[in-house]
Amino acid sequence: MEAAYHLARHDYYVTLLEKDAETGGHIKKDKKLFPDFADAGDIIQELTRKMAHPNIDLITSCNINELFRDGEKWCAKSNKDACYSGDAVLLATGFDTFDASRKEELGYGIYDNIITSVEFEGKLKEGKILTSEGNVPQRIAFLNCVGSRDEKTGNKYCSRVCCINGVKLAISLKEQIPNADVYCFYIDLRMTGQNYEELYRTSQEKYGITFIRGRISEAAATFDNKIQLKSEDTLAGFPLKLTVDMLVLMVGIESSTSTKLLAGQNHIKGDYGFAASLGINTQDNLTIQKGLFLAGTCKRPLSFSETIADAGAASIRILDYLKTDK
Amino acid sequence: MKDWGYKISKPRTIDLDTADTNRYSELIEKLPSAKKCIMCGACSATCSASNHTNFSFRQCHIMFRHGQYENLSGELDKCMLCGKCNLVCPRGVNTRAIISHMRLLLLDMNNRNIAL
Repeated sequence: MEAAYHLARHDYYVTLLEKDAETGGHIKKDKKLFPDFADAGDIIQELTRKMAHPNIDLITSCNINELFRDGEKWCAKSNKDACYSGDAVLLATGFDTFDASRKEELGYGIYDNIITSVEFEGKLKEGKILTSEGNVPQRIAFLNCVGSRDEKTGNKYCSRVCCINGVKLAISLKEQIPNADVYCFYIDLRMTGQNYEELYRTSQEKYGITFIRGRISEAAATFDNKIQLKSEDTLAGFPLKLTVDMLVLMVGIESSTSTKLLAGQNHIKGDYGFAASLGINTQDNLTIQKGLFLAGTCKRPLSFSETIADAGAASIRILDYLKTDK
Repeated sequence: MKDWGYKISKPRTIDLDTADTNRYSELIEKLPSAKKCIMCGACSATCSASNHTNFSFRQCHIMFRHGQYENLSGELDKCMLCGKCNLVCPRGVNTRAIISHMRLLLLDMNNRNIAL
């Protein structure tokens, strides 16, 4: 959306093909964004307003299943056999979240009170955080790195945003249920962005969230449908047992189905099914295909702010290409 | 009771469902900087006492936080309250005061015959 707007302002006609019924991607599901707790709805509104530009043709609910170069043009073919063509194409196919039921030992899909971070965000947005029995949870645990840094799932990489997202969710939870005990289980805490570390500190200092270094190895329901966790507190050097009302799995970022499909067709499929750019340092929006550009999380896990910045960078590269390099 | 020369060992697991963490709540009410600890271990690394003993403030702190008081009193007595740990802490945790206060809280539990 961001890149389309910049290109439209430079007098180019842009066709924006959106898979969902509405634009906005994953932040549609968010209530607030980290680290500044900006309202996700406001941001979507701001981006949606930009879509009203007369040079932008927005087509929603459009599933592209073929992307190919046809002479001097690029063609994107939808599942309804509609063909959209252009001089350049920007792949911004985003990410999918990890399917937590693949980690069977964590009980997702088996026990009702084990949910993913995406589902928890939904509860936050509704303003109703309740267990499956309809009670207000008093003890909640968050588990980081579900489907990230895990060789068993094939994802050796770090998804980068879950640490800070976990802190954001834990704080939001404490704001809705101030007397709740909140635990965050982690392998490492990677607070790499601006104000991330400060937010982590605030979560400890102001909200009293307990961080335990250790990965939960098993989660199972007790007879009264609470969740019993087995972990080690690796800093204490002892195994640890804890029963909670709700367990939230911080699911990682994976390459999306569309990314895998379209990158595969154009021979730019890189590690873990993400799209590969020409080089991460100075040519990150370019690909081996002339006129095919990349932006955002189709390349790797990125935060929302990084994605917006990358969209801006990609639009400049496309302008360079259309004006001079083509 | 007859001493058989062996006994049933206690489970090593920290059970947060049954642990009494109220002392930690009292501690952080008095010394809120304890909440900021990120368990980096700088305190234990610089500790004068740890040169000669296996004393670790970080370890004592985390066990106290989890309500594991066994042997803790004796451990804390190894500290000479020199305060080097205060100087090196990157998060500004008032480590020396926390040690003194943990001692007082444990003493109080002892006086009130709360099982350690």
